[in-house]
Amino acid sequence: MNLRYLTERPIDIELLIERVESETRGGVAVFLGTVRNHHGGRDVERLEYSAYGPMAEAECARISAEAERTWGAAVALEHRIGALGIGEVSVAVAAAAPHRDEAFSACRYVIDEMKRRVPIWKREFYADGSVAWVDPTAPGGIHFSTEPTSLIDDR
Amino acid sequence: MTETAVTVTLTVQFLARYAELVGTDSTEVTLRAPATVGHVLGLLRGRFPGARQLPDRPLCALNLAQVDLGTEISAGDVLALLPPVAGG
Repeated sequence: MNLRYLTERPIDIELLIERVESETRGGVAVFLGTVRNHHGGRDVERLEYSAYGPMAEAECARISAEAERTWGAAVALEHRIGALGIGEVSVAVAAAAPHRDEAFSACRYVIDEMKRRVPIWKREFYADGSVAWVDPTAPGGIHFSTEPTSLIDDR
Repeated sequence: MTETAVTVTLTVQFLARYAELVGTDSTEVTLRAPATVGHVLGLLRGRFPGARQLPDRPLCALNLAQVDLGTEISAGDVLALLPPVAGG
């Protein structure tokens, strides 16, 4: 599968900015999501992201197109898949528009819709050795995992 | 099922936590036509004890497009069962 939005390698933020900037777009807004060292009172040591690749790619393309159409912006985004350490960038959005209002709005829309619509999942590995799937709809926001080892999904 | 019954065979994929619950990430199912996504879920709950822990109405994608339980399935379809998303 040819991946445009999902990547197993560290995200090159400069490259994302280069993909959207132009002489007609005076505002560039960038959002970075990074791996937190805590969740729900637990110490997080590392994360693992997996995705339903083909559907995630299609949904990211739709979200970009919506933002570009609504705000006359140029948008670039990438989401990491695989194992990530604390502090690493897991998601990055760059949005460029003629003025800052449109750039901020487009950037905000893309990260919000991405979190809501793109089929990506996160497993957290805690300092106490337990592992959980993050589920924003679950009580406490997690389901403990019965599989303590890596489960990298390469679909 | 009689020999003349028309059946549909499709692939079901279990994503992320659902693969862990069910114990596999993919399976093939055959049902008597016409059949819906809801019928597939009922069959899976009978076949895999872990599938009984799936929500009543999980997020479903048929050939990469989100569908509801009443959507009719066709031979060769790929049905993916998706946990609530948690990217970002």
